[in-house]
Amino acid sequence: MSSKTHASGVGNIVGYVLGLILTFAAVWIVLESSLATSMKWTIISIFAIIQAGLQLFMFMHMSEGEDRDAKVVHTVYAIFMGIIVVFGSIWVMTAGHPIG
Amino acid sequence: MESKITNYSVPTEYQSELGKMNILGFWIFIAAEIILFATLFALYGVYHDRIGDGPAGPEVFVIKDVVIQTVLLLTSSFTCGYVITSMRRGNVKGAIVWIAITLLFGLGFLVMEINEFIHYVNAGLAIQTSAFGSSLLTLLGTHGAHVTFGLFWGIILAIQLAQRGITAFTASKVHIWSIYWHFLDVVWIFVFTFVYLGGLM
Repeated sequence: MSSKTHASGVGNIVGYVLGLILTFAAVWIVLESSLATSMKWTIISIFAIIQAGLQLFMFMHMSEGEDRDAKVVHTVYAIFMGIIVVFGSIWVMTAGHPIG
Repeated sequence: MESKITNYSVPTEYQSELGKMNILGFWIFIAAEIILFATLFALYGVYHDRIGDGPAGPEVFVIKDVVIQTVLLLTSSFTCGYVITSMRRGNVKGAIVWIAITLLFGLGFLVMEINEFIHYVNAGLAIQTSAFGSSLLTLLGTHGAHVTFGLFWGIILAIQLAQRGITAFTASKVHIWSIYWHFLDVVWIFVFTFVYLGGLM
């Protein structure tokens, strides 16, 4: 546990550099690449999820301390509910029954 | 409030029962924040193409400024990591300096966001212009209001650290603030990806 809880600072740099790379890569993919739009969506979505994971585990210390299981399970559950709220709402409001 | 030390083998912020419970409690609050922002993303997802007589996203988004905002917030999240690193090394001065650097990047982000809002209003997109404008500015504004709150919170904690040093009481508070600050970067990653980049496709 001690190696995880005593932040060395190396993880910070790794998380930061990866975050910058993913940010600029996403911008490049959207503005410069000639991929199909659906492919662009898929790639930048994956980049966003990786970046969020970096923040949660490398910066927010989610998986440390005695309560780590409670923190991880509760947060993952909230993310799951959030995904249902977002995609459920968009689906209900746009699929087959337009509001306009 | 009494914060009795119960365990010396873990970082200072986990040493008292109160500190440990507050950190767990804050994670439960973060879950509520995830749902709050999820509802705002859902709103934007539903309404983003309802532009009425106002401008559409690609007509008003300035992607260069948004990338700068993203880098500012990402950097502030990075420097915020060193607040905890310094604190766990017992370096109170370092922790305060890193908080100050973090807040300066956060302030830079906020100034740019306010300019962005002024630009939108000048371009004919206000919160009452269209469903797109309402959902966009509610999402961005809620995030910006959180950043503003985090700025004042950070200033107050830096003062308390200077006065009391790193104790089980102050360390858990700083840890909680750092969770909050990183969480705002997580939200911004999704704003950046799905609102701005998604809007340009």
